[in-house]
Amino acid sequence: MKLPSRFGEYGGCYVPETLIAALEELEKAYLQILPGNTFQSELIHYLTEFAGRDTPLTYCRNMSADLGCKVYLKREDLLHSGAHKLNNAIGQALLAKFMGKTRLIAETGAGQHGVATAIAGATLGMSVEVYMGEVDVERQALNVARMKMMGAKVIPVQSGTRTLKDAINEAMRDWVASVGDTHYVIGTVVGPHPFPLLVRDLQSVIGTETRRQILEKEGKLPTTIVACIGGGSNAIGMFHPFVNDAVTLIGVEAGGEGLDGKHGATLCGGSPGVLHGNFSYILQDSYGQIQESHSVSAGLDYPGVGPEHSMHKDSGRVMYTAVTDTEALDAFLYLSRTEGIIPALESSHAVAYARRIVPALKTDDILVINLSGRGDKDVSQVIDLMQQNGVAL
Amino acid sequence: MKTGKETIEAVFAAHTKPLLVAFTVAGDPEYGVSLRIMKEMALAGADIIELGLPFSDPVADGPVIQRADLRAMDTGMNTDRLLDLVREFRSSSKVPIVILTYANLIMRRGISRFYTDAAAAGIDGVVIADVPYEESEPFTKAAEQSGVAPIMMVSPTTSDERLSGILNKAAGFIYLVAVMGVTGARTGVEQTALDLLKRVKTKTSVPVAPGFGISTPEQVREWADHDADAVIVGSAIVRRIEDNLGDPDAIVSAVGTYIRTLKKP
Ligand SMILES: Cc1ncc(COP(=O)(O)O)c(C=O)c1O
Repeated sequence: MKLPSRFGEYGGCYVPETLIAALEELEKAYLQILPGNTFQSELIHYLTEFAGRDTPLTYCRNMSADLGCKVYLKREDLLHSGAHKLNNAIGQALLAKFMGKTRLIAETGAGQHGVATAIAGATLGMSVEVYMGEVDVERQALNVARMKMMGAKVIPVQSGTRTLKDAINEAMRDWVASVGDTHYVIGTVVGPHPFPLLVRDLQSVIGTETRRQILEKEGKLPTTIVACIGGGSNAIGMFHPFVNDAVTLIGVEAGGEGLDGKHGATLCGGSPGVLHGNFSYILQDSYGQIQESHSVSAGLDYPGVGPEHSMHKDSGRVMYTAVTDTEALDAFLYLSRTEGIIPALESSHAVAYARRIVPALKTDDILVINLSGRGDKDVSQVIDLMQQNGVAL
Repeated sequence: MKTGKETIEAVFAAHTKPLLVAFTVAGDPEYGVSLRIMKEMALAGADIIELGLPFSDPVADGPVIQRADLRAMDTGMNTDRLLDLVREFRSSSKVPIVILTYANLIMRRGISRFYTDAAAAGIDGVVIADVPYEESEPFTKAAEQSGVAPIMMVSPTTSDERLSGILNKAAGFIYLVAVMGVTGARTGVEQTALDLLKRVKTKTSVPVAPGFGISTPEQVREWADHDADAVIVGSAIVRRIEDNLGDPDAIVSAVGTYIRTLKKP
């Protein structure tokens, strides 16, 4: 490897020997193809003409009035596919195509990254196979159907906890055997080097646009930016262009049933270890076995997190916190009713925390929430949960 | 007393090639039967026993070994119990033991503590499925300090440049990954793997042991014809455990019978 593979002490390349050649090839493409004019103009073409960038930075009048500060939403929910995941999937698929690969594999939790990869494969003429935990196949039926409609094959994963973590295991096992013609489109800023770098760069379009848009609208940078954290790609994409600015950055993890119960809050409730090719905070027991995570939102139900976030946690540059399933559900309904925007359950975690901190902000403080995705995929799950809780829609 | 590294070297020097490295997951299907399986492997002629310390997320392993890992963890296998198992086995056998596991279990215990404990229990070598050359330094250093052999993997896609680095660090034997893929029984021997064996043997005097996908006496013979120093057989053994679950005597005898067929020239 030519580049440093770590963010501070975190990251690295903990993979079977068989994969090293593929990662070296990917790093070479990252260094030589990705920054090139040909690649960049193709990428910009797909991001604008196809995916619908720039996404708006919406000033939320009702929420601002309700909460007492200026609230903006970065509208990744309006990106084609309905979530930020397409920024990464289209970028990686295009890179794979430039590298001469013909087949894409991906893992997916909520199904958003699977859908994004299916979209990228369909438009670029590449075959797509998506690994998805059986539990997630059940709770994200709409996205399973979308993937299939676009010609992707969805492979239900029955091993382990049958969620995102095991889908990643299965995708890595596939890749070990298929590296010749296959690229593994990893869906977030985890995995071995150079994936965390590559995915962060592809998602940084979120923060770069936000920076320009807020300067145009307000003539100054935001006071605070909030994003939800699963593996951490929407958050790092939003935060990265702001890390050297005087802006408070807050990452919100899945608090699940609460940090003393089952949760997916890796940075808040975990400890450093190796999972899926990198050294980062993970949920583990005293022997180092990976523990099952829990979240109402499939996209945050993951016992690991990107290594760059681990570095930001230790340095204190980003503040990491968690909200519970219940708070996220409340925020889901709150944003739907207040602004007419149905957020993804993942993004609802960011909205929930924003509501919690707003009392500490002043009226002309600017709060930006990264609305990583839209909630259509979650509607039936939310209705079920409301019924269970005896709440009428 | 010999170090683990020296013990493995001595076995390679003394035994007829190809040696058989027989794999089983520690604690599969449970502790007591696992100990019996190890003893039977030694009796049946296994030259080295490779013990899997099960990990919740074994990305280098196929379904057969994944299921064995689960059986073992469900019946309480963990790092402390693995050390108990090795100590108990050591009270009656000198057959070298190599641990196969994943980085996080070693790091969680503390790398240096893991190797010290391993050496004290009678473990002779450690191979880590998700630690390539680039990340190997802290592990090989601790291995060296404890006398445990740091067993390194090479694969058909390993470049010449990296191969030299790997061979510099390796001791005990070199684990040659014979297929591009995860563990699991296959038939035949791939040309790329044979080419790799040749490439490795011209560069080192450390013994080379192909593994992944080896299950038949024909494959063992083919590797022997190409001068492999040992063969590693895993999933095919584990499958014999799985096929006889619920009947410990049948498990032990199936494993023993199978190993004898592999050891017959
Ligand atoms: C809408 C949405 N937001 C957030 C996430 C969490 O992923 P990350 O933390 O990588 O942004 C997901 C994952 O599926 C998602 O679908």
